[in-house]
Amino acid sequence: MKRVITVTVLNQSGVLNRVTGLLMKRQFNIESITVGHTEQANVSKMTFVVHVADETKLEQLVKQLSKQIDVLKVNDITEKSIVLRELALIKVVSPANLRHEMNSIVEPFRPQIIDTSKNVVTYQVVGQPDKIDAFIELIRPYGIKELTRTGVTASVRESQPIETPQLSILK
Amino acid sequence: MAANVSTTDEQKDAIATTQLQTEVTNKPRNGADVLIQALHDQKVDIVFGYPGGAVLHVYDALYRNPIRHILTRHEQGAIHAAEGYARVLNKPGVVIATSGPGATNLVTGIADAMIDSIPLVVFTGQVATNVIGSDAFQEADIMGITTPITKHNYQVQDVNDIPRIVKEAFHIANTGRKGPVLIDFPKNISASVFDEALAESSREEELYLPGYQPNTKPNFLQIQKAIQAIGEAKQPLILADAGVLFADARQELSEFAEKYKLPVINTLLGLGSIHGQHELNFGMAGMHGAGVANDAIQKADLLINIGARFDDRLTGDTKLFAPNATIIHIDIDPAEIGKNIPTAIPIVADAKEALTALLKKDFEGPDTTDWLAYLYEKQHDTPYWYVEDEKEILPQQIIEMVHTITNGDAVVTTDVGQHQMWAAQYYKLNHDHQWVTSGGLGTMGFGFPAAIGAQFAKPDKKVITFCGDAGFQMTLQELALLNEFNLPVKVVIVNNGALGMVRQWQELFYDGRYSQSLMPVQPDFVKLAEAYGVKGYRINTLDEAHTILEEALNSDEPVVIDARVKQLENVYPMVPAGKSLDDIVGVKKF
Ligand SMILES: Cc1ncc(C[n+]2csc(CCOP(=O)(O)OP(=O)(O)O)c2C)c(N)n1
Ligand SMILES: [Mg+2]
Repeated sequence: MKRVITVTVLNQSGVLNRVTGLLMKRQFNIESITVGHTEQANVSKMTFVVHVADETKLEQLVKQLSKQIDVLKVNDITEKSIVLRELALIKVVSPANLRHEMNSIVEPFRPQIIDTSKNVVTYQVVGQPDKIDAFIELIRPYGIKELTRTGVTASVRESQPIETPQLSILK
Repeated sequence: MAANVSTTDEQKDAIATTQLQTEVTNKPRNGADVLIQALHDQKVDIVFGYPGGAVLHVYDALYRNPIRHILTRHEQGAIHAAEGYARVLNKPGVVIATSGPGATNLVTGIADAMIDSIPLVVFTGQVATNVIGSDAFQEADIMGITTPITKHNYQVQDVNDIPRIVKEAFHIANTGRKGPVLIDFPKNISASVFDEALAESSREEELYLPGYQPNTKPNFLQIQKAIQAIGEAKQPLILADAGVLFADARQELSEFAEKYKLPVINTLLGLGSIHGQHELNFGMAGMHGAGVANDAIQKADLLINIGARFDDRLTGDTKLFAPNATIIHIDIDPAEIGKNIPTAIPIVADAKEALTALLKKDFEGPDTTDWLAYLYEKQHDTPYWYVEDEKEILPQQIIEMVHTITNGDAVVTTDVGQHQMWAAQYYKLNHDHQWVTSGGLGTMGFGFPAAIGAQFAKPDKKVITFCGDAGFQMTLQELALLNEFNLPVKVVIVNNGALGMVRQWQELFYDGRYSQSLMPVQPDFVKLAEAYGVKGYRINTLDEAHTILEEALNSDEPVVIDARVKQLENVYPMVPAGKSLDDIVGVKKF
């Protein structure tokens, strides 16, 4: 099963290595990682999307991460009401005669055009990973030259319904 | 009279020395001085190490402000000695090595300490910060290398952080689930001038480790549940491991077992957590454990695991392990609970705290009369066994004789292999912190240097190491220390001319194809010992065994005993790897 795990860490050198190394050593399959500073000085937050075989493995993952000295908090937020966001930069072949058509079909995704040249345009899309997947599929026939994705970052919503259904993308 | 006013040469010398000393003491302290002082503050009385370029400042500081330093002949010897020291005193062992090869020579010992939860604080030199990452001379990424095999590691970036880092390192190594902590120390930091103004304030500072708060007190509700489960059990069983030893809870364990008449079994590393000949002790379980201990696990309806991590050498096939038992698991490390075996009643706590909590409640215990009767009968039917040989000495006999001569009181360290298992089976320990063996990593070369560390820790105790002929050759260079410090360690080489344990597996599972497991050419261990200035003995017959062991083990000197034993003897019983404990073979004589 796919899980979204956030790990709050003290921003010491080596902590990223320790956390990712641990996931590797214990054979957890990481789909994406994002890291960045938080509102607290010297505290960073990592967001992992990982595949785990079952509940026992998941429990192990959380416990092994929590055990690290520089790890302050580990949360499995998969079952919570959360906002998931990812950013992608997609460079696509876009000759002048097709550019208008392209821009109009991607319009529902509200991408930003962040760079253009004679034959190439670069879109920036932000959203849930499945939205980005859909965008990529849509634009692929035109010829993707380069694709970069940031990986998912997440935030837990302030108000939580009593029973939160699992997010569809995580099923 | 004139002689009295004029200064003699001696006086001049004295004045010169005082001036030199004031110069030295007036010199501002550098990082190395602060490091050594931090070790004094931690009451470190001995360090095991080996110098080199990156730690020259450290060794210079050690010269000014001495702590007993043992110069081993290899860094691996230093770290296993520190492990032996730590294991018998239950407090951190300290190691210093230089950067690059010095540091990488420690890796096996660090991994060994990690998996067996042995508290160590390890200092490695490192190249100067301005060249880290440039593949400088003797640079190794020891932080990267040791991250997965340390409880925690630090690279000192600022000389003023040293007191805090050292304090934290000792705390982390020796609390919670114990383990090795490494401090990587760049050479320029050891030479940097320390800000004494900060020193005062940092000395008073409380430890601040917001991500590290090990829980030692058991949860009340879980204790309640445990009591109920114990009260309702018909065939309860305590499995005691090193968690009991690290928590110094032997007393509590025996009291608890006696109070409710609960049978106890041990893991390999838990030996000594209850008296070896206690009437409720049914021996070691696991791959080469006693028939009765393994049978008890499979028959128990309640298994109270105290500080064991359900390692595969204990459990065999986990799906078939303790099939009838409800599991109570007491462990200081929450990550161990439920990791390998589903657990009904988890108790995250220090073993002593948990046992004390259980002892405080006076509850209606189970009636274990029938269960104990069954176990006694089983124990009587399935003792460890061997078939005496007319011509050759059996390795088991050597261990038995050593046990008899030392009355089960010696500190025993072992190397890894068949002799290790026989030592575990036949040397019944009277005390705790008396047994030093490499369990989780199974590190050949561990036993002899570990004995050296144990002897430094307990100078008045008889320390015996059982080594294989192969494993001894991995770290025998440390014989030099026995001579140098007149350390009365007794090295017993159980010499079967083979990598016995490998040979056994090849006999049993590879149709006797002894691929690279026989060692026909060996040094003359007696002469080798003598070359190092240590008395050597050779034992070829049972008669010799009695007289020589009697003499050698009772001597006050270091000795090396080369005991020639039967090559083709196997360790039994045996649960083949990955099989159920029910599939144990060799419980009874073939
Ligand atoms: C460093 C290391 N290398 C290899 C092994 C694998 N191994 C386990 S036992 C053993 C044989 C040990 O032979 P010896 O020291 O003579 O002891 P014996 O089994 O004969 O008692 C070997 C090679 C190991 N445990 N450690
Ligand atoms: Mg051998």
